[in-house]
Amino acid sequence: MSSAEATAGTQRGELSDWFRERISHAVSEFTAATALVVLFIALTFASPYFLTADNLFNIGAQTAVIAIIATAQTMVIITKGIDLSVGSVAALAGVLGAMVVRDLGFSLWAATAVAIGVGALAGLLNGLLVTVARIPPFIATLGTMSVGRGLVFIITGAVGVYGLPRSFQLLGNGQILGIPFAVVITVLVAVGVAFLLSQTRFGQYTYAMGSNLEAARRSGIRVGRHLTGVYVLAGVLVGLGGMIAASRVNSGQPNYGISLELDVIAAAVIGGASLFGGQGRIVGTIIGAFLIALVRNGAVLLDISIHYQQVIVGVIIWAAVYFDQYRRRRLESRG
Amino acid sequence: MGAIPTAAADNDQQPTDAEPPVLEARGIVKRFGHVEALRGADFTVRRGEVVALIGDNGAGKSTLIKTLSGVHPPDEGEIRVGGRPVQFSTPVDARRAGVETVYQDLAVADDLSVAANLYLGREILRSGPLGRLGLLDKRAMRHGAAAALDELGVRIPRVTTPIAMLSGGQRQCVAVARAIIWATNVVILDEPTAALGVVQTGRVLDVVRRARDAGMSVVLVSHNMPQVLEIADRVEVLRLGRRAAQLRADEVTTDDLVAAMTGSTNVDRDER
Repeated sequence: MSSAEATAGTQRGELSDWFRERISHAVSEFTAATALVVLFIALTFASPYFLTADNLFNIGAQTAVIAIIATAQTMVIITKGIDLSVGSVAALAGVLGAMVVRDLGFSLWAATAVAIGVGALAGLLNGLLVTVARIPPFIATLGTMSVGRGLVFIITGAVGVYGLPRSFQLLGNGQILGIPFAVVITVLVAVGVAFLLSQTRFGQYTYAMGSNLEAARRSGIRVGRHLTGVYVLAGVLVGLGGMIAASRVNSGQPNYGISLELDVIAAAVIGGASLFGGQGRIVGTIIGAFLIALVRNGAVLLDISIHYQQVIVGVIIWAAVYFDQYRRRRLESRG
Repeated sequence: MGAIPTAAADNDQQPTDAEPPVLEARGIVKRFGHVEALRGADFTVRRGEVVALIGDNGAGKSTLIKTLSGVHPPDEGEIRVGGRPVQFSTPVDARRAGVETVYQDLAVADDLSVAANLYLGREILRSGPLGRLGLLDKRAMRHGAAAALDELGVRIPRVTTPIAMLSGGQRQCVAVARAIIWATNVVILDEPTAALGVVQTGRVLDVVRRARDAGMSVVLVSHNMPQVLEIADRVEVLRLGRRAAQLRADEVTTDDLVAAMTGSTNVDRDER
């Protein structure tokens, strides 16, 4: 082989490396986006109600809650954790937010602050269970999920919180220039968290802990503090999401968010977050959240029962995780 | 990051006996329950030398390394850096004293880029208020990483490549380079080539040589006797939790090393 050939070979190798490196992140995002477009077109043809202003507004608001909470879930998944408590914590936050408005006359904004505070406390609890008590995230948050749901039922006596002023709906059903208010909040949250993860030291440590906790620890990163911080921040977003969800139905529902964790984990994983930690981007999660919301919305429009929706979401999770494993093997087989 | 520190560059002809050892352990005792892993171990590293630490399995090599890197604080004995006594209670203490360690298994974060790994825990932040918010200066880190790797002769495609996409040898080179870049006194390498092929091993050893030539002290734990004689200036032999011998690498053979490790000769002075 001549040296010219060798050089060309190297260059080709480097170019393909460069290409792989660039697109390795984007593969699942691109796949998910393609699926989203296909589903969107299919639903347009399948149902005359799909492409109406009302329905699109509805999808926007529905996506908002899933997207905000899936953003929270993504941060936790990047650290190689998982948060199963998001549904109960969102319900607890929404119910308490509604109660302080009804019973104590709080403004919507003060109530939102309460809901966020509830979420933050739950996140702190999760974080301490994982870092101080050293309970694996799956079990720690499973416990929080059960405790949270129990508290919601105890506080409300299993009855929804009604009798709220119309202004309570602003967060979930209000709009700015025809854009749902909830969508605006979601965009702000998504951009903020994406920035935090990709551009700041906090984000760098989040990926590092998920990728190799021991290496992060020995690099002098205070992993306990940081991991707790991630759970608290996730809790803040879950509280916000719960409040928006309550605002949408103008009431605090103790049943809200049962199996919500499946939807948001699916959204994160479809978007490329890896359950093995260290990988995940908010762009992908938002696409994933849209996909899940579309599946739910389409199923309603096409009159597919809620039970089938569960089956569909479950199959999507399998497919997404299988794809994640496959991608990892491909990437690592090179080493 | 100032790339490779050139320690005592002007007057470092030969490490004189007058200069205190850059890292020294005296009479280290470490117990795990009833097991005494180290029974008064001594260890010496002088400036600008590669010291190989060898010993049979169970001789206490790993324990000694972990003591010197702050993972296991010793029960008795003293560690000195540049002649001054220090307390290493955590790995962070050791790093503050300029002692960096590359552990066999858990060196790098696979999902992070080469540059991010080199700066892990020591990120460069933007100047001004943005930096106080924790905003990374990725550009500066990319440039710093590329320059430092270049200086150590580590060749990787790009510093933005995630570690997962590198070969085992490249990965280990990055881990070793990271320690060398940040160490101001000593780099401890625990079996750095155990999992590597011949060519890759050569690359890692080249990096070690370059660091030594720049005035860095290197401690190398290895089971590979020919490799020890090839790269080390001095060899310290550990047996049954104590120093059994200090040898000059150019004066001994692999047979001598094995003999000292197993205690079948009287090179070994600690025994009655």
